[in-house]
Amino acid sequence: MNRTWLVFVVLALAGLVAPFVGYPIFLMKVLCFALFASAFNLLIGFTGLLSFGHAMFFGFAAYVSGHAAKVWGLTPEVAILLGTLSAGALGVVSGWLAVRRQGIYFAMVTLALAQMVYFICVQAPFTYAEDGIQSIPRGKLLGVVDLANDRVMYYLVFAVFMAGLLGIYRIIHSPFGQILKSIRENEARALSLGYDVDRYKHLAFVLSASLAGLAGATKSLAFGLATLTDVSWQMSGEVVLMTLLGGMGTILGPALGATIVVTMQNYLSSLGSMVTIIMGVTFVACVLLFRRGIVGEIQFRLGRKA
Amino acid sequence: MSDIFGVPIQAFMGQLMLGLVNGCFYAMLSLGLAVIFGMLNIVNFAHGALYMVGAFLAWMLLNLVGVNYWVSLLLVPLAVGALGALIEKTMLRWLHGLDHLYGLLLTFGLALIIEGIFREAYGSSGQPYDLPQVFKGSFDLGFMFLPKYRAWVVIASLVVCLATWFVIEKTKLGAYLRAGTENPNLVKAFGINVPLMVTLTYAFGVGLAGLAGVMAAPIYQVSPLMGSNIIIIVFAVVVIGGMGSILGSIVTGLALGLIEGLTKVFYAEISTTVVFIIMAIVLMFRPAGLFGREK
Repeated sequence: MNRTWLVFVVLALAGLVAPFVGYPIFLMKVLCFALFASAFNLLIGFTGLLSFGHAMFFGFAAYVSGHAAKVWGLTPEVAILLGTLSAGALGVVSGWLAVRRQGIYFAMVTLALAQMVYFICVQAPFTYAEDGIQSIPRGKLLGVVDLANDRVMYYLVFAVFMAGLLGIYRIIHSPFGQILKSIRENEARALSLGYDVDRYKHLAFVLSASLAGLAGATKSLAFGLATLTDVSWQMSGEVVLMTLLGGMGTILGPALGATIVVTMQNYLSSLGSMVTIIMGVTFVACVLLFRRGIVGEIQFRLGRKA
Repeated sequence: MSDIFGVPIQAFMGQLMLGLVNGCFYAMLSLGLAVIFGMLNIVNFAHGALYMVGAFLAWMLLNLVGVNYWVSLLLVPLAVGALGALIEKTMLRWLHGLDHLYGLLLTFGLALIIEGIFREAYGSSGQPYDLPQVFKGSFDLGFMFLPKYRAWVVIASLVVCLATWFVIEKTKLGAYLRAGTENPNLVKAFGINVPLMVTLTYAFGVGLAGLAGVMAAPIYQVSPLMGSNIIIIVFAVVVIGGMGSILGSIVTGLALGLIEGLTKVFYAEISTTVVFIIMAIVLMFRPAGLFGREK
């Protein structure tokens, strides 16, 4: 337990000095996707549900907070909150439908629902279709702190990320989280012990959706942009890859996976479609050779439990 | 009598026909998915990508080598099937006994690779595929003009679907397959080469996707994105129909194509989402799907 807190403290310190070492813009991108992947991991890693449609929460929240900040002129914290809540609401509806099916069907249902949200976003007037919502103002936090400076914005993003990660850590170590794990391990037994499995799954789904929304909402303010890319199925696939690569069911794995994937995309962006091919190869390699992911493999080698 | 609910009958029948053609492709693809799922317990995410490969192979054969449509119709499914057999033997085989989700993830990765390769080579724009001479023009049915090629697609795909259904449900080979689905170990004990059967099943399923690709090439633009566009709709079709029944996936595919065509006429705004809306409704009332059984 103490070791875990040590990791968090090191992470916090690293995060505090990071913008003096690296580019704040790049770091913000890493952090947003790290939070997104961690939220996704709450579902796949700790509840055993593979959602193939998490981009709908990420992207929809990005649109809502972008609209709130730009058109309604709300302050950033309210815009982010609205984005998060709307993703949570979307999670309530889609989760209610999706938990009716299990395993492989769950993945297909979430994928299809996300595609529906994608098409709605293509047509809805407030998303500006192919252009997306552009030049979203960052505004002033609580009406006081000007976020226009990249480093200041970075610290907000970092605070959101740490809060999200700690929240996830708290959830999985709560009694509720233990029940989720028991559903992952043996759903029939959890059911026979009297737990309303579908309700727990639904709640986990909503939590994961809200946190994914938090990541998306923060992203749209940090980069002033909310586009169709954020709601596309490719984005859903990317978050799966990040989590798989870093290690499903580990606390820090998804964040590490996100760091690697975002870095890769950043440096290889000139290669165009090659990035897609490399991502596909990584996927195949992970599934065939490397199912524990990087952090999972390290933990396994060290002989420690997650 | 030339209007139906205020829509000219020509336009109405035209959209309905287009919907039926789409439905035929949904049916062929979801049929392949169902066959593969039954035997391998894998949801083949690469199905759409292999359908796209089928269309591209036909396009390349015609434009680079000069091989005509009819030869493609025979060669391409075999080639895609061979590719499928290779994928099954070198990769999918290793997932045996693992959680089904890994099959989905692996084939998703494969889909990305295949799509990426074709995008790298051809960009995102579509390539036109020239119709064979016999199919140019259309039949005049009095109340509408029926393009010859569309009529051919509907008839040919129905024949393929029904033949598949017949083989699986009514022949000895199909009986082995169905038995292998239920209990592979027992079938193995009877001296049947189950691993070979699994490989051939996968090859057949994706071969069907390749065939659909060839048939689609003259109708839609041959583009690297055509696979991912259709596969998600086909997944929704599969959820609606349930993968338990061969005939069920054929009927569901056709019906949803028709419904999609109808919404294009009457309420075009939701034509892209109607399949997903129906899926949501079916999930509410019959979670296992219209023809499905919980597995």
